[in-house]
Amino acid sequence: MDAPSRPTVVVDNVHITYRIYGAAGKKGNAVAAFSRIITRRGGRKVTREVHAIRGVSFTAYEGEAIGLIGRNGSGKSTLLRAIAGFLPTDSGAIYTRGQPSLLGVNAALMNDLSGERNVVLGCLAMGMNRAEVKRVYPDIVEFSGINENGPFIDLPMRTYSSGMAARLRFAISAAKKHDVLMIDEALATGDARFQKRSEERIRELREEAGTVFVVSHNNRSIREICARTIWLDRGVILADGPTEEVVSAYEKAQ
Amino acid sequence: MSGLRADATFTPGLPAQPSDTSAALAAYAAANGMHVSGERPSLLRYVRGLWERRDFILTFATARLAAQYSTARLGQIWQLLTPIFNAGVYYLIFGVLLETNRGIHPFIPYLCCGVFVFNFTQQTVLAGCRAVPDNVGLIRALHFPRATLPISVMITQLQQLLFSMVALMVIVLASGVRVTFAWLLVVPILVLQSVFNVGMAMIMGRIGAKTTDVSQVMPFVMRTWMYASGVFYKVSTFTAHAPPLVATALKANPILVYIELMRFALIGQREQLASPPARLWVMAVIWSLLVGVGGFVYFWQAEEEYGRA
Repeated sequence: MDAPSRPTVVVDNVHITYRIYGAAGKKGNAVAAFSRIITRRGGRKVTREVHAIRGVSFTAYEGEAIGLIGRNGSGKSTLLRAIAGFLPTDSGAIYTRGQPSLLGVNAALMNDLSGERNVVLGCLAMGMNRAEVKRVYPDIVEFSGINENGPFIDLPMRTYSSGMAARLRFAISAAKKHDVLMIDEALATGDARFQKRSEERIRELREEAGTVFVVSHNNRSIREICARTIWLDRGVILADGPTEEVVSAYEKAQ
Repeated sequence: MSGLRADATFTPGLPAQPSDTSAALAAYAAANGMHVSGERPSLLRYVRGLWERRDFILTFATARLAAQYSTARLGQIWQLLTPIFNAGVYYLIFGVLLETNRGIHPFIPYLCCGVFVFNFTQQTVLAGCRAVPDNVGLIRALHFPRATLPISVMITQLQQLLFSMVALMVIVLASGVRVTFAWLLVVPILVLQSVFNVGMAMIMGRIGAKTTDVSQVMPFVMRTWMYASGVFYKVSTFTAHAPPLVATALKANPILVYIELMRFALIGQREQLASPPARLWVMAVIWSLLVGVGGFVYFWQAEEEYGRA
């Protein structure tokens, strides 16, 4: 591993608890809704608390690609959301340099609009200005490979196959430089050729920018991309170190 | 500090580095130009962030309007047809069946001003309630000032209103009203109402984010508000017999103020207005500043909470 330089993310003994509210359903008739409002959400009792992250600490540095592995529900995505600032911590602190971003532009896209308009919309949503969008547009279309079988970029996104749509989404998300980029299972989509290209792109992003976090259940991808891996289990770090050691230990434990 | 790096990075099999105290870590983070993740920006930085996102706000608003009619065969023509049908229904009920048009001349432009101007606020308020819940996916995935959402809600409705205004001007001309310089007042009126509406969208946006039930209740509130706003009849029907305090409150109703100003600009007919034009202008400015600025600050205060469960 190349000598790590400046820190990009410091996670200090973080605990995160989800509170799940019962009883009060989302909708209902107007009278029920009104009575819920005037009784100040009286039906909103905390029925369960899920302690998703229990005392996680680590530091990430510029130029690192860090794999996050662990079983379903071990807290990987929760941890990423907290680093991105979308989830409050119960105790502990998370410091970041720049703005960590999740690779998740798909939420901004609209299925009824053409791929072309979605590229523009997605780039603007990530904070680019119009001139930047114009500059990266050809690269995005080229990278997504949408036009390889014909001029599909003019068609509404609802007409795309799920693989095509996923490729376009990844291409848009990966077009921007990020200080800290977090990729949550985005690599599971697309055909083998596209997966290869995505991995290359992630390596580029890491070199250009700062730190890349990758959540994946595909140990091969983790080995390809990440030099360092953190193994989470039930909200606790079981291991944090060179990918080969950690992933081997993880595989043995299965 | 080099000890921290070794502790934090390469410790296979060990859960974390308890050796560093939180204070030391905080100092370390600060020394490296880092900040706490997910902190609310200052009001000034927030406004600057919004300005930087202006292209996104506009594109997002336009895209939503375009997507709305994209599966209809007549497509974007519906943007023009919807308000006309809307006015037609009210004309049938209030003009023909209930004859609330007595003493109002010319009734059709009068009615259309009321319907379109009211509709602008109504749709913005209703969409504002859903601005945060409908975009939770976006909020949880991307970083942007969340006020982007209520603002783009308002802009979508403003674009819809501009189509309605074209229809309205045709209707006004067709009913024999002459074009005057007063028509230019439409621009400041719409600016004032837009500021008021964006404030409303932000207030409802924050309330609707926590209490999703409001979007069930708001249609009833808005309908009540509509009947109090003199959309299809002169509000003096009520104010003439009401106690002075109630009458004053009814006349200060912001939507009524914007409707009456629009009627004043397009049709004239001072004697039909609820208040003298000068007073209407003063109230319009006060309302838009109060609700616009107040709504913005109110929305910003909960910035870091949007999208959290």
